Amino acid sequence: MALLEVQDLHTRFRTDDGVVKAVSGVSFELDRGKTLGVVGESGSGKSVTFLTVMGLVDRKIAEVEGSVRYDGEELLRASSSRLQKIRGRRIGMIFQDPMTSLNPVKKIGWQLEEAVRLHNDVSRDEARRRAIQALQEVEIPRAETRVDDYPHQFSGGMRQRVMIAMALINQPEVIIADEPTTALDVTTQAQILRLMKKLQDDHGAAIVMITHDLGVVAELADDVLVMYGGRVVEEAKVDDLFAAPQMPYTWGLLGSLPRLEQVATRLEQIPGQPPSLLHPPRGCAFNPRCAYVFDKCRAELPGLDPAPDKADHRYRCHLDDAERERIWAAKKAALTGVEGSAA
Amino acid sequence: MTQYLIRRIFWAFFLFVVATMITYVIFFVVPADPATLAAGKATKPEIVAHIRRELHLNLPIYQQYWLFVWNLVRHGSFGYSFVNGLPVRTMLGQEIPVTASIVVGGVVMYLAIAIPTGVISALRPRSILDRSGMIFVLVGISAPSVWIGLILIYLVGFRLGWTPIGDYCNLKPTHAIGVCSGPGQWAYHLLLPWITLAVGSAALYTRLIRANVMETMSEDYVRTARAKGASPSRVLVQHVLRNSMLQVVTILGMDLGLLLGGVVFIEIVFGMPGLGAQLVQAAPRFDLPVIVGIVLFATLSVITFNFLVDVLYAWLDPRIRLA
Amino acid sequence: MSELLVVEDLQKYFPVTRGLVFQKEIAQVKAVDGVSFTVEAGETLGVVGESGCGKSTMARCVARLLEPTGGKIIFDGRDITHLGRTQMRPIRRDMMMVFQDPYASLNARKRVGEIVAEPLDVHGIGTDKDRKRRVQELLEIVGLNPEHYNRFPHEFSGGQRQRIGIARALAINPKLIICDEPVSALDVSVQAQILNLLKDLQRDFDLTYIFIAHDLNVVRHVSDRVMVMYLGKPVETGSKQELYAEPKHPYSGALLSAVPIADPTLGRARKQIVLTGDVPSPINPPAACRFHPRCPRFVDGKCNVDEPELTPVAGSSDHSYACHFPLERWPMDEDEIRRRPSLAASVD
Repeated sequence: MALLEVQDLHTRFRTDDGVVKAVSGVSFELDRGKTLGVVGESGSGKSVTFLTVMGLVDRKIAEVEGSVRYDGEELLRASSSRLQKIRGRRIGMIFQDPMTSLNPVKKIGWQLEEAVRLHNDVSRDEARRRAIQALQEVEIPRAETRVDDYPHQFSGGMRQRVMIAMALINQPEVIIADEPTTALDVTTQAQILRLMKKLQDDHGAAIVMITHDLGVVAELADDVLVMYGGRVVEEAKVDDLFAAPQMPYTWGLLGSLPRLEQVATRLEQIPGQPPSLLHPPRGCAFNPRCAYVFDKCRAELPGLDPAPDKADHRYRCHLDDAERERIWAAKKAALTGVEGSAA
Repeated sequence: MTQYLIRRIFWAFFLFVVATMITYVIFFVVPADPATLAAGKATKPEIVAHIRRELHLNLPIYQQYWLFVWNLVRHGSFGYSFVNGLPVRTMLGQEIPVTASIVVGGVVMYLAIAIPTGVISALRPRSILDRSGMIFVLVGISAPSVWIGLILIYLVGFRLGWTPIGDYCNLKPTHAIGVCSGPGQWAYHLLLPWITLAVGSAALYTRLIRANVMETMSEDYVRTARAKGASPSRVLVQHVLRNSMLQVVTILGMDLGLLLGGVVFIEIVFGMPGLGAQLVQAAPRFDLPVIVGIVLFATLSVITFNFLVDVLYAWLDPRIRLA
Repeated sequence: MSELLVVEDLQKYFPVTRGLVFQKEIAQVKAVDGVSFTVEAGETLGVVGESGCGKSTMARCVARLLEPTGGKIIFDGRDITHLGRTQMRPIRRDMMMVFQDPYASLNARKRVGEIVAEPLDVHGIGTDKDRKRRVQELLEIVGLNPEHYNRFPHEFSGGQRQRIGIARALAINPKLIICDEPVSALDVSVQAQILNLLKDLQRDFDLTYIFIAHDLNVVRHVSDRVMVMYLGKPVETGSKQELYAEPKHPYSGALLSAVPIADPTLGRARKQIVLTGDVPSPINPPAACRFHPRCPRFVDGKCNVDEPELTPVAGSSDHSYACHFPLERWPMDEDEIRRRPSLAASVD
């Protein structure tokens, strides 16, 4: 059994302008020790999906449906005190902006100790000891003295390490990282990604890596969900996804990415803007921007169906398989050019 | 931090000098002759001249100012009223407790209303409590406090006869006959002024606190705290309140300072002999020492409270303390 | 080709002050500290570096939005380093800027038509009718609906707002456009649209770009030549091909190898150099080579004593680096990079 099983999850926000369908029928599984990459652009529903899983969306304005089973236990119907026991203890979370994600008026040590003492009946001294140890584990120099510093005395990269230390301090089984490196410089990003890999090896936690960066997904993930307009539009093992993406949106994402190894002089661009979640298009959410759209796409939402030869590679698209294969072959050649032979 | 404090103290001193100087200059720009007024109607020119000498009004303005500063620093004296010759210090000594009683009681009252209402309506936006709170806020902000005071006097004091409608009683009990005193009487007589002061400000502060708490609730670190598994009450107490009170403290400090300079309308409506009422009497009579005394006290209280706010702010926010 | 912009030894220091009454200067932030480069007409110079490397300050100095502390800026044959406001006016027509944040850089209370026409107004070009026609033409060029000139910025998405910013920059046919992180706030698919647009415009209107970004992939995609900056100084410059294929400075190498590769197979195969620590403060930057505290090739007594000069790579026309122990080949992994040639060999 998977550690985290999400079935047909819906999150809708009631706003003054109408109902925003932020998440519409998302399903996935996460196994122990694995890394799930979740890619999508702003408004794809990737963050809201996991805030819903954690019970962190405001239920006063959000309607939530579906099922979230964590280790066999249904979380969507769990009491708030039950959820508090799971959050921070069994599922840790890391957020995007380390500058704003730590309380500016409390010492780093206090914030780490709080995480310890919320879930363990230990003395302040013991909590402090664990806080220092956690800081050492994320390679913060002079952890014994830095523990008494305030967040503004740390650089962005160091604050993100503190966030990671805090998420890991109770040795959770799952870490949900929401764009953990987006606000950081590339050399710092490389440090943080390497650290996360190392910690995963040491502790065996499962990681959900939510990001807009296909590069980060390629580096870290075992499995990938591509999200668009509140739905999963493609899911696959990471190698399959990059070797043979099946959905025009994924093609577009890969094509629009300038990359070091690329030879093409012009990027493939996806025309138009991400869809409105207030008034999503009928049929396939991607149809207004899709180059291969036909009538069926505008009328009917394609199911998330498996590829003919791979049961674990699933995607939403009405194109028939031969057609899809032909288009991808052409795209791949254009994308990789002379280096196509190496890939 | 020490440097921050030193800088603050320096500015406080500077403001103090500037405020008193400006008062003097304004006074001398206004074409009036306090000596004539002090002498009363139809007096002989030599008497007026004598009074003028007595009051040092014959000296140039800078010498008068210097004399005032000298007396203040050397003797702790604010001078003597031009009108009745009483030491200004004695007069202020009687009036400050009155104004302070109104202000402190009123502020305690409106904070006691505004903090819980503001916080609760922030936690439950659009709930019935929030909505009724908003109506109360609207009424409180739109109604002038004089009007509220008069309505209260008429309804509560006069029609229902529940409270006295004016007069001030000393907090400290005395046994003099015919003088009301003691904490009970004190509070009883101040009840209506307090309510009057509280209504408008409670409304304003409810709104302010609500906005600040809601803003803090949407901060990323509050989400972090919830993701750690902290309960809603713990999140509120440990992570939200302190951060959302920063702005409230600033405004409260400014308000307190300003109010202590005299709550003119309330003092007049309820016949309370406070600083505001005194100022209204002294101004048309050009009673310079009294006016300067009150201005001085008002400036001092504004400066003191601003300073306290700064210190409190530094204590609340390490980013200032350690910068 | 001719040189459109020549920058020599540009410096920009910001004072750090402290004091009770009189503000006393106690230190300087050397945001830009000796940057020299030339930009040929029609080419794109990419400038990369992490936050705090001074790339944006450098751009603002070149556009004369900031007064340089020292050095020389020669634009189109004219020394503009210390020109006053009125003298700069005619020059501003030829030099425009596009900023990072399409949300903050457009006046929210003005209609799109007014925003785009702003440079025309400032320089008093054309009648109202001419301007309206020009604005509509510009909106069309950048791929917006010309009928939308009466709308407000908030009615547009991030990518569309960046298009508005570009239309404004194009309004009076500038020679040079300085783009300061123009795509970093945008989603990937929208970012591609803007990058393509910038390339098309360059081709159609003979534009010259200085393109500043922290994303090496983006810089590589748009640039002809690239300058890598670290703490206010260029550490390596060269043609895109040379710099990306054979970086010489360990910092350039580390930057290149830090970029995640959107291909799991290539990603696993690549050799990565992960630097330790953070970028130091530009107040009191490290002595000599500013990269030495983080450098895997650091040699005590050399790198922290002698400041390396920009040295041309043998056999290359414009590839140069500022390092005592340049990388011998590329790619290298962390162990290889530490095995630098002996000190004796490098000191002549």
